[in-house]
Amino acid sequence: MRPLIAKSAAGLLLLAALAGCERPPIESVQRGYRGTAMAEMYNPRILATKADINQAPESSPPIPAAPGGPTAGQAYQNVKVLADLDVANFARLMVAITSWVSPKEGCTYCHTAENFASDDKYTKIVARRMLEMTRHINSDFKTHVAETGVTCYTCHRGQPVPAQVWFAPEEQKQASRMLGNKAGQNAPAMSVKLASLPNDPFTPYLLQDHAIRVIGQSALQTGNRHTIKQTEFTYGLMTHMSDALGVNCTYCHNSRSFTAWDQSTPQRVTAWQGIRMARELNNDYLLPLTGTFPAQRLGPTGDVAKVNCATCHQGAFKPLYGAPMLKDHPELASAKPAP
Amino acid sequence: MAAEYQNLFTRVQVHAPSYPGIPLERGNREREGPPLHMHLLGRIGDAQIGPIYLGWFGLASLVCFLIAFEIIGLNMFASVNWDPVQFVRQLFWLALEPPPPAYGLSIPPLNEGGWWLMAGFFLTASLLLWWVRMYRRARALGMGTHVAWAFAAAIWLYLVLGFIRPLLMGSWGEAVPFGIFPHLDWTAAFSIRYGNLFYNPFHMLSIAFLYGATLLFAMHGATILAVSRFGGEREIEQIVDRGTASERAALFWRWTMGFNATMESIHRWAWWFAVLCPLTGGIGILLTGTVVDNWYLWGVKHHIAPMYPAVFQPIADPALLQGVKP
Repeated sequence: MRPLIAKSAAGLLLLAALAGCERPPIESVQRGYRGTAMAEMYNPRILATKADINQAPESSPPIPAAPGGPTAGQAYQNVKVLADLDVANFARLMVAITSWVSPKEGCTYCHTAENFASDDKYTKIVARRMLEMTRHINSDFKTHVAETGVTCYTCHRGQPVPAQVWFAPEEQKQASRMLGNKAGQNAPAMSVKLASLPNDPFTPYLLQDHAIRVIGQSALQTGNRHTIKQTEFTYGLMTHMSDALGVNCTYCHNSRSFTAWDQSTPQRVTAWQGIRMARELNNDYLLPLTGTFPAQRLGPTGDVAKVNCATCHQGAFKPLYGAPMLKDHPELASAKPAP
Repeated sequence: MAAEYQNLFTRVQVHAPSYPGIPLERGNREREGPPLHMHLLGRIGDAQIGPIYLGWFGLASLVCFLIAFEIIGLNMFASVNWDPVQFVRQLFWLALEPPPPAYGLSIPPLNEGGWWLMAGFFLTASLLLWWVRMYRRARALGMGTHVAWAFAAAIWLYLVLGFIRPLLMGSWGEAVPFGIFPHLDWTAAFSIRYGNLFYNPFHMLSIAFLYGATLLFAMHGATILAVSRFGGEREIEQIVDRGTASERAALFWRWTMGFNATMESIHRWAWWFAVLCPLTGGIGILLTGTVVDNWYLWGVKHHIAPMYPAVFQPIADPALLQGVKP
């Protein structure tokens, strides 16, 4: 009896010790020069769950525009962004947006049923601004989205509010009391993949433009005053990026020198542009919409939902694994489509 | 029977009357409590517990440690709103953080690092008092003070991390938080900030001594266990009166690697390896940020970081390119 108890106790201890680990198999794909640990780690089981949420929906090619046909701006009232688009493709896009953003709620999620031209619903104001944002991304941020581009579906995935958005966290109550200040870290936060790193790395970098770079550029100390705490914030942002893209640090960096560009992969440049893109979208498109949203759509501190890397990527190195949805919707690419 | 008694986890235990220890100059007043015997402890060591020598230094050390422990623990407990369930669930994540860097070396408000300074003060006092106690107990027994100096090596690393380096950097915020995961994240961030600590030669030495010490311990432990059937675990007697256990152990290593330490020297090997681990590590930490800002670049400069053939297409820092979005 006693050996049985001892064995089951040992088994339970082993299970407890391994509870935080990922169940094998782990597949590694070498990318860099041998011996530099430049490899991507994949667990097929986890990859399968991500593949499910990163499937692009069916789409159809654009309808050839009838020459001289009416544009949406001529045919309908109060069309501000897509006025130059021909009526057939305008309708096609509206149907597509419904299936991308509000498949359950239908057209009336944004439009008033009696008068589609009405701006009564806040969702329509937001949607209009989001169309402008999508065009801005596709035409001015090719450094990040290339020709693959983005559509509403890249973030929304069939939901009115994208699954991955961020709000500024509420200030910890104990921070203003006598003891128990967490200093914005030391909690198992999802934003930094359950590390004890600062759990809001977004406000300083994806809203404000604090220095992400902390590592010295000379061998000896020449006055680089960046602190360990700043480094922990950068580390938090990088952990978020790694988690959002489902990749290791070595997808962009050579871990022997995180700062050295001459040893990094080309993906690091794309990611650099992505940080600027998220920052610009948050400041120019989402923050100004704060007053448009009703209170229940705002965060705990009354701030608007904002984007980070996970908003589009959702665990994939390219959103939807690079499915080129934009090619079927050229109207989302340019501010002024060819007539 | 004797052969069984020589090893760990034996079923055989020798029962003897309690041994109170040698007489002290000031009498036995400071030895606390009557000794007691525990069979389970006898399986892994000596069955006799106590009498323990507390003394004024021991008492002061314990009080200081308790104060530090309470400051850290209560701050952690408060940080989860005094919720006992969350305290247990999140314990590994919780910490008492040093002050924000903006406070420099000034004394910050209690909840912005003031508690951290206090906890650090009392923990340091506790360690130093314990060191004095260790030194004095060794002298009282007529022993050398090797244990105290080995402990001092560990205290050196602790002081470099939490006191000397922050002082040189001009900011308490440079110091380590008190917490399980937070101090590990601090460690990783420290290496990242200073361009990869693996290129720090003192870090290399420290690792070599760390692994070296465990290797030596394994070799020595294994050797002595292997010759315990010849009385090899009576090491002190073997030093004075070398017997077949010593001879066989020495011969074994000369056969397998051509060289052997002696019954005396192996303990100096082990002591120095263990002590040099925190000593060299402390030097490496002390140079980081104060003298060296990027250990990788330091490694390149001194030709210890090899260059690898390019695999990816070369890229440049986009922040330096003309016409790029800011």
